[in-house]
Amino acid sequence: MKSIPLIWSNLFRRRVRTFLTLFSIVAAFLLFGLLRSIAGAFEMGVNVAGVDRLMVSPKYSMVDGLPISHLAQIEAVEGVDAATHMTWFGGTYQNPINFFPKFPVQPRFYFDMYSEYIIDPLQLDEFERIRTAAVASAELAEEFGWQIGDRIPIEGDIWLRGDGSNLWEFELVGTYRVGDEDTDFPSFLFNYEYFDEARVPETQGIVSNFMVRVSDPDQAAEVSARIDAQFENSINPTRTATEEEANRQFAAQVGDIGLIMNSILSAVFFTILLLTANTMTQALRERIPELAVLKTLGFTDRRVAFLVLLESVLLCGIGGAIGIALSGIALQALSPELEGFLGQIEMSAATTLSGVGIALLLGVIVGLNPALSARRLQVVEALRK
Amino acid sequence: MSIVELQQVSRHFTKGKQTVEVLDNIDLTIEEGDFLALMGPSGSGKTTLLNLIGGLDQPTAGSIEVAGQELVGLSSRKLAQWRARNIGFIFQFYNLLPILSARRNVELPLLLTRLGGGQRKRNADVALTIVGLADRARHKPGELSGGQQQRVAIARAIVADPRILVCDEPTGDLDRETADEILDLLELLNRKHGKTIIMVTHDPKAASHARHTLYLDKGNLVREAA
Amino acid sequence: MWSQIFQISLLNLRNLPQRLGSSSVIVVGIGGVVAVLVAILAMAAGFSATLNRSGAPDRAIVLRGGSSSAELSSTIDNRQRQFVSTLDGVRLSSSELYTVADIPKRATLLPSNVVIRGVEQSAFGIRPEVRIIEGRNFNPGRSELIAGRAASEQFLGIELGATVELRQSEWEVVGIFEAEGSAYESELWTDLAIAQSAFRRFSLISSMRLQLEQPGATDSLQAEFDSNPSIDLAVTTEEEFFRGQSEFLTALITGFGYGVALIMAVGAMFAALNTMYAAVSTRTVEIATLRALGFGSAPVVVSVLAESVALALIGGLLGAAVAWFGFNGYTVSTLNQGSFSQVAFDFAVSPEILVTGIVWALSLGLAGGLFPALQAARMPITRALRGD
Repeated sequence: MKSIPLIWSNLFRRRVRTFLTLFSIVAAFLLFGLLRSIAGAFEMGVNVAGVDRLMVSPKYSMVDGLPISHLAQIEAVEGVDAATHMTWFGGTYQNPINFFPKFPVQPRFYFDMYSEYIIDPLQLDEFERIRTAAVASAELAEEFGWQIGDRIPIEGDIWLRGDGSNLWEFELVGTYRVGDEDTDFPSFLFNYEYFDEARVPETQGIVSNFMVRVSDPDQAAEVSARIDAQFENSINPTRTATEEEANRQFAAQVGDIGLIMNSILSAVFFTILLLTANTMTQALRERIPELAVLKTLGFTDRRVAFLVLLESVLLCGIGGAIGIALSGIALQALSPELEGFLGQIEMSAATTLSGVGIALLLGVIVGLNPALSARRLQVVEALRK
Repeated sequence: MSIVELQQVSRHFTKGKQTVEVLDNIDLTIEEGDFLALMGPSGSGKTTLLNLIGGLDQPTAGSIEVAGQELVGLSSRKLAQWRARNIGFIFQFYNLLPILSARRNVELPLLLTRLGGGQRKRNADVALTIVGLADRARHKPGELSGGQQQRVAIARAIVADPRILVCDEPTGDLDRETADEILDLLELLNRKHGKTIIMVTHDPKAASHARHTLYLDKGNLVREAA
Repeated sequence: MWSQIFQISLLNLRNLPQRLGSSSVIVVGIGGVVAVLVAILAMAAGFSATLNRSGAPDRAIVLRGGSSSAELSSTIDNRQRQFVSTLDGVRLSSSELYTVADIPKRATLLPSNVVIRGVEQSAFGIRPEVRIIEGRNFNPGRSELIAGRAASEQFLGIELGATVELRQSEWEVVGIFEAEGSAYESELWTDLAIAQSAFRRFSLISSMRLQLEQPGATDSLQAEFDSNPSIDLAVTTEEEFFRGQSEFLTALITGFGYGVALIMAVGAMFAALNTMYAAVSTRTVEIATLRALGFGSAPVVVSVLAESVALALIGGLLGAAVAWFGFNGYTVSTLNQGSFSQVAFDFAVSPEILVTGIVWALSLGLAGGLFPALQAARMPITRALRGD
């Protein structure tokens, strides 16, 4: 590591070239961070996945709905600790652009099921007590500037009111956050009881999903099978999966986003690889006499090769780190725009680490050939020029 | 006591189908503490001989023992380590790294030792003081005159305290006055610090600073009386 | 002046092969940008074209009021259905039941929504583009279905002669149809009455397709609906309906494509700058010699620019070719948010998209060559001659 200052000075010998190369690498890793995070949002679904929670969906299509009468039967299944339900509401707030999920739920059971959601107990009481009450994730309330006590009108589309109107109005009584993170999955929850009474009578009693907490997470698969067996011969058969699996299945509907993102990234990296490799080769060519001098001074072949390699690894590593940091910042800025339809997007530790790993690997690949030429360099010939 | 011992050393180069005999069956002994000037016309093999002694090149035939080490057959790694301990190189065009300050340039060979950063810096400063450039430690080569650059190169050559200095036309790119200063410095290193110096030169005046002069002609050595 | 420019540029381009390695940086860098841009834009264009092809201006779709965009959440009862089919200005009408079933995709093996559309025979009259290409049409009253070509290609087990289980009932695939590459090709069609009983919808339908006497004449129909208090329906032309469905995703993909290409372009531009600075620096003596001989600085600038633009153009053409050969006609399927079902579509590399790609390439070439060109022109001749 005594050689670091030497490598450092070499990098800045041609400032313009180094910076231009650095920026190319930064651009590549900025894209890497953004695209991997977006693909990650699809692959993992929203980050509500809990191992001890199961999601019960209609067997044939998620649009079918399930009768609320299933709830009692699910609760009775062996290994089920608790169960509640939610319904996909659809609906529009002011403008279709303002998309966020809206669910009628059983207030107390819902927050009991999603124990990582944090809500003021007094607000939860209000949510349960007031028929037309609603709560929103804190970020959502912030985005639309909602205050506690505001009336929020939602235009229904899937669910119409029995009174012939399609305007639903809710009173915001509280906000919640997810765990101790300061970000959350934007959603809007309101009272199922009110929703059920008010909707068109023929459609009453239908919900979209049941969420089940199992007593023993290791038994999740068995409990799933038991629930599905329970309804196998009913007119509303079910399909039960862990939340993670259910989310992945939904995401797969969008298509193979991962494949598309990875194709783009390979194009990007192939390009950057060539660009950087060229620069490094060029930089090396200019320095051949100096490398020969180092060898006469007693630097071994291996050490000289290592110096060249380290220079390239350093350049790519720094570029990668900056690019990934920038993509983290960009995601913060873009997040509110994308959250509505992609759910929460964030840079995962895996993305960050793999990005840095790829950057270093890129450095090795790019530096390998110049390093080998540096190693082979014959002092006598190089000095003779 | 001899410090350099060449026995029947030949060095051929092949250019395409032609074989050029640059050195032919040379025997040479250099005593420790000598200051030897190697002279001869262009292409006579002076630099090749110097490179062989300095451990940069391997002979086609013969044996070369320098500072108690047989160099023929050593791996390039072993040669490099040996050079770092025993040889200081001084070139016609100084060959300093333009991006590093004078002190950093001088410090380079010490990166190969176990010395800590503080000690390396002190040693580099001592070497710069010996060549009379202590006040230019922070300057980059581009900010120094030719003579000063060559002094930095000499400081670099002596900083690891090698027994032998190998100089290839050290004054070839300098004016008369500056050249004399550099040669005086080499003489000082030879007499006061006991360095064995082998210097290739075209210039008889430069050679006059040496204790002995050898002539190379068409690959053969001609000894000149001291 | 022009001949000077021409001669210097020629001289310059002639020694281009000597700098092949570094020149390829511009070609590859810009080629990459153009390939990605063209491919993503072709994807957006393909999606939007598929949906837009599905609609015709002389056809209208009737849905329950309030569910203006989705057939899935719409229900219409018999009474309203009767009312619509007898209206003036409606030449032909087809009542349709629209539902979705989960069938594993061939690509992912994960279940995805496929549209099942129960139709009356008039549906074929209203949509003349639907043609059976294999097998035969379904027989009314039997559990038979015909599958769109894309549905058959994208989903597991949807093959001529196969029996598929949809929602606890068994269906035989008796035919494969084409519909001029529209979204209908991603659907399964069967007899309305059979679908109603199999899916327990009985007398309910989802939507109606109308053949209008007058193209686009939906306003008078809507006025008729609104004036009748017992009718809660909304009517739009089919063209508008599908355009509404495609808008969001098309805009999203397009925006995404430009975003990705922009970041890549910045990277490629830096690389191009790098190469051109290097090119100028290796030509320092040559440029200075020309200047000393009396050539002006404009030809020098132009010659450097010409080099980078020529390389960029090669890169752009290569990138466009890669996108064309690699992706044109490549079929993918995605969830259409508007209909909540899978739509298969082909990447469509159109001339407009190719032109966009080439324009990007040329702009990047100009941007990458400009500063190095100016530097070359500003170089002091005497210093440059020494090769400093």
